[in-house]
Amino acid sequence: MDQFAVKVFVRLRPSVLDPAGEATKSASIKLGAEGIKSLRIGKMIEVKIEGNGENEVRGKIDLLCDRLFANTVIEDYEYSLEKL
Amino acid sequence: MDNFTVGVVVFPGSNCDRDVSWALEGCLDIRTKYLWHESSDLSDVDAIVLPGGFSYGDYLRCGAIARFSPLINALDEFVKSGKRVLGICNGFQILTESGFLPGALVANKNLNFICDDVELEIVSSKGGWFNNVDEKQTIKLPIAHGEGRYHCDSDTLKKLVDNELIALRYKNNPNGSSFDIAGITNEKGNVLGLMPHPERACDETIGGTDGIFTLKSLILK
Repeated sequence: MDQFAVKVFVRLRPSVLDPAGEATKSASIKLGAEGIKSLRIGKMIEVKIEGNGENEVRGKIDLLCDRLFANTVIEDYEYSLEKL
Repeated sequence: MDNFTVGVVVFPGSNCDRDVSWALEGCLDIRTKYLWHESSDLSDVDAIVLPGGFSYGDYLRCGAIARFSPLINALDEFVKSGKRVLGICNGFQILTESGFLPGALVANKNLNFICDDVELEIVSSKGGWFNNVDEKQTIKLPIAHGEGRYHCDSDTLKKLVDNELIALRYKNNPNGSSFDIAGITNEKGNVLGLMPHPERACDETIGGTDGIFTLKSLILK
């Protein structure tokens, strides 16, 4: 069995308004940060997972992302995977 | 109606389950039974309410974890059989997360938790959830939510409109919902999800009775 460290990034789709991102953008500007054109907030999920090779693990992570980690009506996801 | 029993689902974090039961039993004389989320035996209930609250602490997304409970897994057959399911607030979020209703509910546009009475337009009474509200086309119900902004893509919205699946629209959209949507049904009409709380409007002494008919509709065949 191989072990992998996976980082999943879940983001609101560009078409979905992100009011938390907008509020944080506003605060960033009040802090004095200049030049911020856009700020959107997502989630990062770290998973350590075992499996027989990368393909099998990718299959499991795809299922998790599609069915649980992200709601694909409103969110997109991508992930990176590192063999430990 | 004597033996008609409405199952009121209790998830860890539900907090309107007792209100729903009180409204059904106390105001409408309809028998209720609490259903713990780990139960998958729905054989002795005739309709189901998924009440408001914060199931599983709203972790990950509202309704996302509840979707995987044994009870929600058993709900598919229940819905297919034509029995009625009402999802209120967090219950609506669970119904969208689990695919019984299209779209999703996301953070209110102004990020506030909104606790207020709102005017609602009855758009469609598919399934008979609203079709006897003294022929009024506007009702007033309480809302209490932080993540009640209904969102769907344009194709889904068109389908909702074309098939008359939009049950309720806000008169003064409080949360930024697409097309002012406050409640929708499935195509068959036996599943209704709405953000407002009809169970909190079943007695004049607590502010109105516009919610009574929707709860009473649970016993329709």
